[in-house]
Amino acid sequence: MVTVEAKQGNLALKDQNYLEIKGITKKFGDFYAVDDVDLVIPKNEIFALLGSSGSGKSTLLRILAGMETATEGSILLDGENILDLPPYRRPTNMMFQSYALFPHMTVEDNVAFGLKQDKVPKGEIAERVGKLLDLVQMRKLARRKPHQLSGGQQQRVALARSLAKRPKLLLLDEPLGALDKKLRMETQLELVNVIETVGVTCIMVTHDQEEAMTMASRIAIMSEGKLKQVGTPREIYEFPNCRFTAEFIGTTNTFEGKMVVDEVDHCVIESAELPRGIYVGHGITGPRGMTVWYTIRPEDVTLSYTRPTGEHNWSEGRVQEIAYLGSHSVYHVKLPSGRLIIASVPSSHWAGQKPATWGDDIIVQLSNTEGVVLTS
Amino acid sequence: MMAKLRARFLPKGRTMVIGIPYLWLLFFFMLPFFFVLKISFAQPDIAQPPYQPLVKHEDNKLTVQLDTTKYKTLSDEIDGFIEKPWAQAKEESQYVVAYWNALKLAFFTTLFTLLIGYPIAYNIARADEASRNTLLMLVMIPFWTSFLLRVYAWIGILKDNGVLNNILMAMGVIHEPVQMLYTPFSVLLGMVYNYLPFMILPLYAHLVKLDGRLFEAAADLGAKPWTIFFSITLPLSKAGMIAGSMMVFIPAVGEYVIPALLGGGEVVFIGNKLMDDFGANLDWPQASAVAVIMLLLLLAPIVWFHRFEMKQREAEQ
Repeated sequence: MVTVEAKQGNLALKDQNYLEIKGITKKFGDFYAVDDVDLVIPKNEIFALLGSSGSGKSTLLRILAGMETATEGSILLDGENILDLPPYRRPTNMMFQSYALFPHMTVEDNVAFGLKQDKVPKGEIAERVGKLLDLVQMRKLARRKPHQLSGGQQQRVALARSLAKRPKLLLLDEPLGALDKKLRMETQLELVNVIETVGVTCIMVTHDQEEAMTMASRIAIMSEGKLKQVGTPREIYEFPNCRFTAEFIGTTNTFEGKMVVDEVDHCVIESAELPRGIYVGHGITGPRGMTVWYTIRPEDVTLSYTRPTGEHNWSEGRVQEIAYLGSHSVYHVKLPSGRLIIASVPSSHWAGQKPATWGDDIIVQLSNTEGVVLTS
Repeated sequence: MMAKLRARFLPKGRTMVIGIPYLWLLFFFMLPFFFVLKISFAQPDIAQPPYQPLVKHEDNKLTVQLDTTKYKTLSDEIDGFIEKPWAQAKEESQYVVAYWNALKLAFFTTLFTLLIGYPIAYNIARADEASRNTLLMLVMIPFWTSFLLRVYAWIGILKDNGVLNNILMAMGVIHEPVQMLYTPFSVLLGMVYNYLPFMILPLYAHLVKLDGRLFEAAADLGAKPWTIFFSITLPLSKAGMIAGSMMVFIPAVGEYVIPALLGGGEVVFIGNKLMDDFGANLDWPQASAVAVIMLLLLLAPIVWFHRFEMKQREAEQ
């Protein structure tokens, strides 16, 4: 992610604020589909809006494309307010969920459609369409109709069609949602390659966190019309700013507790679900006794047979479920309080020892450094 | 054992379900058609029924006599049309003229039902789901009244001292009645009015299936509303337009009642000709031959339509 920041550092201020979304709100009756969203996206970034269905991510995308009107707010793209433009005038193009290819037109005609609307000379259309089809490796199938193509091929045509007009902003609505899992993995990086080759600013909407994390340089987590957190995939995974994000991205163990010790360099949290306090290697601002949530990823929870000497961050437990996944295993361990904790244990961890199995009594240790304290 | 036997000799449920329409076609279409075909090769007779049997049993000899003179009449008329001067041919070749008038009327009926029906079907399909059924109902409701009653209602509207003329005169648009009834206009009007639902319903069925995202995609790529209509909506509703046109054109060719009542016998259509031969002229063989030729004329568009549908279905899979 360092490279992205470095890239952004070199951009002129104008390009850093290439797309500025300010206070965008969309109301359907009393319901806020999109609620006061602010977002700035630099030029040539691939940005992902991640959320479950009904989170408002698709509505935001449709507002950008002009298929939905915003109740309030403004959108500046490359210095131009695009909200007043009808969809057919906007310098944005969208790749639709399940593609919406024109079934009565050939691959070629689908890709050329946008250029024809702009009255681009015929020779130039042919040339640009040819180049695009080369880019997505569809030239050989240029005369086919969409129904004669596989899902992956249709996806590539849809991509070429949405890039044909060289949009200032490319919008992808669940770009890989219609493909099966294996093909999706292959296509993710291919799609990023094409987008980076063309050099286009891109916003994608997805409910698939893996897709968002693989493809996007930054992600916004959306819920109930609001942006919960915006950051690089690493930031969001390792430093979630609220329980929603922590639980939405990946798997995590969250404990509700009270802060009992708060020093400059550390704090201690006590939770009814854990027999011992949780020691966290940094202070937090807030009154002693406030309710906080402590969240720790399964890979930061370790299992062992030996009882540690420290007074914090461990508990007895009994193995309840194991899912062996090759490189690692996922353990569900029941704590004395009855609470289940999830631990992801690399297969190499047991080196020589007998791997813990169903019903084993075991010690669960929480990392001193990796857990995150959340105040909301 | 019993189960096996039963499975072998009793038709399966599926076969029976498919079989019903086939039986219906066999008894109510194929069989009557063969009667008509048979009669068209017989000689007229003043008897009951008014034609001679094709197969005769005389002097212990079985003779089959096919009389093709009725078809000859028709083909002679076509020859005459090619050879003779227009005015004379028109006078003499009444069947050809009647066929031509019927095809022309059916064509314009189809054209106008398409032009009027398309926007109606389109807007019903684009309406929100809750009101679609109501709107479709409104299209159908007039057809709960008797067909004849509706045609007579048109007579009441169009006649010289009818509703329309009275209104126009009261408004001062015209000062004396304009003849509207018993003109080509009144016939076409009656035809279009009556066949409109047959156009709207298949069109609607196709238009409502169109994926709305295609329109959005076209708009997103810079197409203005009218361009979207002509480059996306219209080509994608081709199947619906063809289906609707068939539903109108085929029965319209043989239509008899509307031209008879609203045309006042001024223009002769093949339906009227048929009726005359069966009725007043008591020439069943001639009428049958006319009907057979009419069916052959309609077979071409039917076969073509069937081909188109098969291709369309393949494309959808």
